[in-house]
Amino acid sequence: MSVNATPGGADVAADETATRSGARHAAVPAQRNRRRKPPLSENKKAERRLGWLLCAPAALVMVLVTAYPILYSVWLSLQRFDLRFPDQREFIGLENYVTVLTNEFWWTAFGVTALITVVTVAIELVLGMGLALIMHRTLVGRGIVRTAALIPYGIVTVVAAFSWRYAWTPGTGYLANLFSEGAPLTERASSLAIIMLAEIWKTTPFMALLLMAGLALVPEDLLKAASTDGATAWQRFTKVMLPVMKPAILVALLFRTLDAFRVFDNIFVLTAGGNETSSVSMLAYNNLIRGLNLGIGSTMSVLIFLTVAIIAFVFVKLFGTAAPGSDDGERR
Amino acid sequence: MIVVADIVLDKVSKKFPDGTVAVADVDLEIADGEFVILVGPSGCGKSTTLNMIAGLEDISSGELRIGGERVNDKAPRDRDIAMVFQSYALYPNMTVRENMAFPLRLAKLDKETINTKVEEAAKVLELTALLDRKPANLSGGQRQRVAMGRAIVRQPKAFLMDEPLSNLDAKLRVQMRTVVSRLQKQLGTTTVYVTHDQTEAMTLGDRVVIMRGGAVQQVGPPQELYDHPRNLFVAGFIGSPSMNFLHAVVEEGALRTALGEVPLGDRVRRELEGADAPRELILGIRPEHFEDADLVDEDTRRRGMEFEAPVEIVESMGSDKYVYLTVEGERATAAELEELAADAGAADFTGAGANLVTRLSAESPVVEGETRRVWFNLEKIHLFDPANGRNLTLHEGRAAGALAD
Amino acid sequence: MAVETTTRAKLRWGLLDVVVVVFALIPVLWIASLSFKTPATLTDGRFWPREWTLDNYRTIFATDQFVRALVNSIGIALIATVIAVVLGAMAAYAISRLDFPGKRLLVGVSLLIAMFPQVSLVSPLFDIERQLGLFDTWPGLILPYITFALPLAIYTLSAFFKQIPWDLEKAAKMDGATQGQAFRRVIAPLAAPGLFTTAILVFIFCWNDFLFAISLTSTERSRTVPVALSFFTGESQFEDPTGAICAAAVVITIPIILFVLFFQRRIVSGLTSGAVKG
Repeated sequence: MSVNATPGGADVAADETATRSGARHAAVPAQRNRRRKPPLSENKKAERRLGWLLCAPAALVMVLVTAYPILYSVWLSLQRFDLRFPDQREFIGLENYVTVLTNEFWWTAFGVTALITVVTVAIELVLGMGLALIMHRTLVGRGIVRTAALIPYGIVTVVAAFSWRYAWTPGTGYLANLFSEGAPLTERASSLAIIMLAEIWKTTPFMALLLMAGLALVPEDLLKAASTDGATAWQRFTKVMLPVMKPAILVALLFRTLDAFRVFDNIFVLTAGGNETSSVSMLAYNNLIRGLNLGIGSTMSVLIFLTVAIIAFVFVKLFGTAAPGSDDGERR
Repeated sequence: MIVVADIVLDKVSKKFPDGTVAVADVDLEIADGEFVILVGPSGCGKSTTLNMIAGLEDISSGELRIGGERVNDKAPRDRDIAMVFQSYALYPNMTVRENMAFPLRLAKLDKETINTKVEEAAKVLELTALLDRKPANLSGGQRQRVAMGRAIVRQPKAFLMDEPLSNLDAKLRVQMRTVVSRLQKQLGTTTVYVTHDQTEAMTLGDRVVIMRGGAVQQVGPPQELYDHPRNLFVAGFIGSPSMNFLHAVVEEGALRTALGEVPLGDRVRRELEGADAPRELILGIRPEHFEDADLVDEDTRRRGMEFEAPVEIVESMGSDKYVYLTVEGERATAAELEELAADAGAADFTGAGANLVTRLSAESPVVEGETRRVWFNLEKIHLFDPANGRNLTLHEGRAAGALAD
Repeated sequence: MAVETTTRAKLRWGLLDVVVVVFALIPVLWIASLSFKTPATLTDGRFWPREWTLDNYRTIFATDQFVRALVNSIGIALIATVIAVVLGAMAAYAISRLDFPGKRLLVGVSLLIAMFPQVSLVSPLFDIERQLGLFDTWPGLILPYITFALPLAIYTLSAFFKQIPWDLEKAAKMDGATQGQAFRRVIAPLAAPGLFTTAILVFIFCWNDFLFAISLTSTERSRTVPVALSFFTGESQFEDPTGAICAAAVVITIPIILFVLFFQRRIVSGLTSGAVKG
């Protein structure tokens, strides 16, 4: 559908060009016939190859170090396999699962983990939102606040755990002397509270950073518009900011929930799992490294994996299209 | 140094792997030293065409020749073309001087030559004081000039410009328009300039290429496109405020329109005699072809006709007045018009009834709310076939109005 | 919240800032303070030391246990960081710039791994590494570190890469650059900050790990500092290791504090850009 019958003056100009370079054009038709294959698909293929080539190493490492071991641990979980008694290794089907799921230590640990997860994530969400607002909107010393808030995120968890442990150790600690008689880390309730405090201190900044990224997406004009429409500060927060931030909030919740479910370091240092404060990770570690029971340890690993998968699935269902990475799928 | 840098597109097409055709069989010959504008609504294929000339995008079929040489398979660097991007694409890690020197350094010129050339180009674009700044510390207009400087510094065969002014504010855009125009005339370098702004298209180029849906609609000097549009799309795209379009019905050798019975000359009548000739037409009138009936002398009056309509809004521009009239009757509909409205972002905001935008003399005492008698020039109206958009008043490339014999 | 800039508002924000800073810093200051206390005043329960001493630092740097662990920590974290960033950069470039089938899958898999319960890997890895002879070696830790750092690296890097105006690549080509020149002279300098930021984040992650380190090592050969800390016993069994632990803790906290101080802006942008976009 070419339209080249250019009227008037255009024709003159075009004619001129045609005659001027006419001689050179004579050689062209021969060349034109030679190239008939679509060059684009060649290009496209090369792009695919390059894409796969570039991703292959990363994908390979990730799959080798996660997928294979997970399958292997499913296989191990179906066996009686105690490294102290290697001769008794045999395939026993789901017996390990029965053992674990009827064991009260498992359920205690599960309860502790769930409690820590729910409480810390809930508190972190509130504190994190506050911190995010402070970091985003403060009029003074924004740099200082952001720097200070990053320290708990960056610091080695074990170091922080030791700090809290000594803080609550009677005699040594400034907090122990201040708040309580006796040794708080030897009682279950207070131990759990301290573990949660340590977790919250460590990870609230991360939550706040994720939320701050969401806050940055709230257009300033929208808030001004809401102001002129007569919204109070609280209404602006709930009616304007929260809806815009919803994807960011869900992402932050998902990451933190799954992360909290893995709680290990703090418990290891603070109580070593004493007084029924073990998390599922702690229990699996104890069975495996202390008890050298690969069968039971693997069973717990698989159960933890399934639990996390269920949590993730529920979240992703809630997310819908707001799932992280969904925009990474497309180009640009 | 005489470089013949004509650019020839011979049935050039671009198909994407998913089957969409971005550019279909474009034929275009750009003479050495010519300034050609590619214009059209977004998605019309103008940028893809430019990228194909640049070598940034493959040509699916057809042939591209620069200076007589086939360059389909040449990398951009071997085509000796410079490009100015809409985003300017200045290297943020380099100073202005380094940015402008970059193509020369890649061409392995010696330091002294590079320096002289950069200084020269900086002088032309008044960038000398800014040479040691980083792009981040420049204003939009300055960045734009650096991008231009980087293009001219190596004296390429041709310039390609991809909406280079669209990121500037209105005032600066007008200013830079003259800079671009002057520069191109000074250097005499073949230039292909892409824009979606019809004002830029009208003011800048020697010739304008109007594209729609990947195909060329019309090629010609700006005034010719304005006076003699080949079809409804070109007529509606060129001109600001744009041409008025009204629904018209053919009835016994005349046209029934909201402005009254429009008489037809023999030529148009002949066009409409065929069995498959349209019974309904679209009447197009540009705003400046209206006038306050009181201000028209007898001689002129005979060349047009008059009607009365309520005045909705009067915008006084000083030199003349834009008067918005409400007229009864059906709105003109055609695919082209809807596309144009969508491009202007007004597809779903049209109001009720038909509106006329007219440009009357400043002396007209017209006021809002009154009913005014207005004259329009029958020699300047266009009639379009709504089915295919063809301009029926066009004869051998010239529009002749409704009365021509 | 919107546009109040009165002195009172400033004061209120300032107060909030102080609360945040204090809340964030107290545990750090506390452990630093403990590390400077003499054994006699260690149990006085006061926040600031009455007598200052560097003895604890002398002690830990005199013991092989700590120095060895520090070398392990640094070596393992650095190697894992370099590999993870290189592999991550390749994948991120492909994800942000190229179009190929399987891209979504890769993104999905890396997301899954980011949320993976690490303890689930501990038992199979424990057994596999024992069989392969990787148990209690540097590679035995580097491998899982790379794996869990890769999603982080891929996310932050592809967010960075997406921000690079790729028009520049086109511009460089138009200016006469080859693909290689365009990458080296235009894109690489722009990508450097992103790579650097990602490297810091990945390093912090590796530096922080405790679970893998305690599960997949058994001797000083590859034990990292966080693990060594938890096994510290002091010179003799009668000596309280608290001061030494605190000194060691301060030593491994210093690099983190330095990173945070100097690269606060970058770390924030790296963390947030990767995680939440749309």
